[in-house]
Amino acid sequence: MALALLRLPDAQLLPLRHAYGEAVAAKRRQMVLGFALLIAAILLSGWVAEVQPALFLRNLGGFFSYFGRLFLFDGGSLKGQLVFTNFGEWYWGLAGWASLLFDTILIAYLATLIGSIGGFFACFLAAGNLTPSPWIRGVVKRMLEFCRTVPEIVFALIFVVAFGLGPLPGVLAIAIHTLGANGKLFTEVVENIDMKPVEGAIATGSTWTESIRFAVLPQVLSNFASYALLRFEVNVRGASVMGFVGAGGIGQDLIEAIRKFYYADVSAILLMILLTVMLIDYGTQHLRHYLLGRDARG
Amino acid sequence: MSDGFRAQVLTDLPGLRQRHDHIFAADWRARATVLGVIALLVGLAVLAILRLELSLSRIISGMGELGHMVGMMIPPVPSSSAHAMVYLHALGETVAIAFLGTLCGAVLAFPIALLAARNTTINGAVQFMARRSSDTIRGIDQLIWALIWVNVVGLGPFAGMLAVMTSDIGNLSKLFSEALETADRKPVEGVTATGATRLLAIRFGVLPQVMPVIASQALYFFESNTRSSTIIGIVGAGGIGLHLAEQIRTIEYQAVAFIILLILVAVVAIDFVSGFLRRSMTGRASLTH
Repeated sequence: MALALLRLPDAQLLPLRHAYGEAVAAKRRQMVLGFALLIAAILLSGWVAEVQPALFLRNLGGFFSYFGRLFLFDGGSLKGQLVFTNFGEWYWGLAGWASLLFDTILIAYLATLIGSIGGFFACFLAAGNLTPSPWIRGVVKRMLEFCRTVPEIVFALIFVVAFGLGPLPGVLAIAIHTLGANGKLFTEVVENIDMKPVEGAIATGSTWTESIRFAVLPQVLSNFASYALLRFEVNVRGASVMGFVGAGGIGQDLIEAIRKFYYADVSAILLMILLTVMLIDYGTQHLRHYLLGRDARG
Repeated sequence: MSDGFRAQVLTDLPGLRQRHDHIFAADWRARATVLGVIALLVGLAVLAILRLELSLSRIISGMGELGHMVGMMIPPVPSSSAHAMVYLHALGETVAIAFLGTLCGAVLAFPIALLAARNTTINGAVQFMARRSSDTIRGIDQLIWALIWVNVVGLGPFAGMLAVMTSDIGNLSKLFSEALETADRKPVEGVTATGATRLLAIRFGVLPQVMPVIASQALYFFESNTRSSTIIGIVGAGGIGLHLAEQIRTIEYQAVAFIILLILVAVVAIDFVSGFLRRSMTGRASLTH
């Protein structure tokens, strides 16, 4: 099949070709520059973080054998046997761990509840479409930013000194972090609402709070609930390490088992945490889909 | 004016109620649901408060103590300039940990994501395995990974970097695979129509669509890892967390405040840079569409 392709005369074609070549070369130069910067950054941070590939390779086997050892009994008459062979011995502390794990979930729950309620009240003040005063908005936004930028473990460390050991500092630390994170997410939801119902409510003479109750809340509540559930899931994970600094929950037992190389205990506790997190993941995911799906249908 | 109208309308409230009965009628089912949910939430909260032994008196006395501590934090200056240099170096270490950890995590998460995404996986069994392993990695907190890596490679920032990397493999492989699954199928069909193999179809049909999303997610994780790597030092995995925990334990509150301020400044600076990079990337992506 002979195809006669139309071809521009060379006089017209040359500048176009030239421009194309230029564009490609410019892009290539940019790529090379970007890569050079990336590699420089990698080398610099590798030097600062004391990365030792040789050590890593030498100990990589240690990493995998660590996981192997996690599933062997480390002492007593059963030393060296697989943990699955004697479930009772593996989970010798089941009652205590289950109780601590329940504490962990309650810490996460209470903190999520407190933080979400706080975020609920903060978000209307931080939303640009509902609070016209830039001063109030700015102050609330900065406060939320502070709450979510300082890691919860740092709050926990400080609160442990102030409130004493136990779950109380854990609850407060996670609640503050949740307030910051959910306050921001809630604010974004509120800023994306349809403003027509609000105008309608104002037209009937409703006050600021009334228009929020009847025009804003119905639009945002299911999203709020969904974000709160998502946070709960994140917080269960966070609460499981609060015990590392003495702020309650199962973390205390876990860090002890890891530090003292009680391998079977480590695997037992980790497995319990993993199962709990997965179950909660699964449950909240279904609830969230239900909530958001109902929203879409309604 | 509007208040007057409102008052006037409200005087006829019984009449309105009578004429629009169905609007004023109470929806008992909805009310029961709302009350039930609230009762459940409050009941669980009460159970938690009782079980965790949270008492108001402890909170109040703790608040007093906290106020005292905050008072001692002012002014936020370290005890000497030598200390300040140590903290700055530790902060650099923290940023390096976050950077390398996120980079390695993203690179390793990418193949797992390809196997876990519905449209790029090999078969159902592989997809299931990839998803479950990503779930498992994600279920373990970064601090726990840090502890484990400290046992393997010893104390120091290297363990921290590996911990950030490990937890990022779990998180990013999930996000990447979700991004891959939302990719448009038409370019893939187009590439396949030219006789390309599956691998080529993924390379030229799927990847160009998702690359900007993936890069911006990796950058976002760099931001959040800068926050979290400030604390992995608490378990001995390098970075500024070690100094923070030490200063809190030795009641050097001025140094504590200084370190927290340093962390805040670093986080805000990195947020700014990576936000700029992300915007420029996604902006370019939307132009090419």
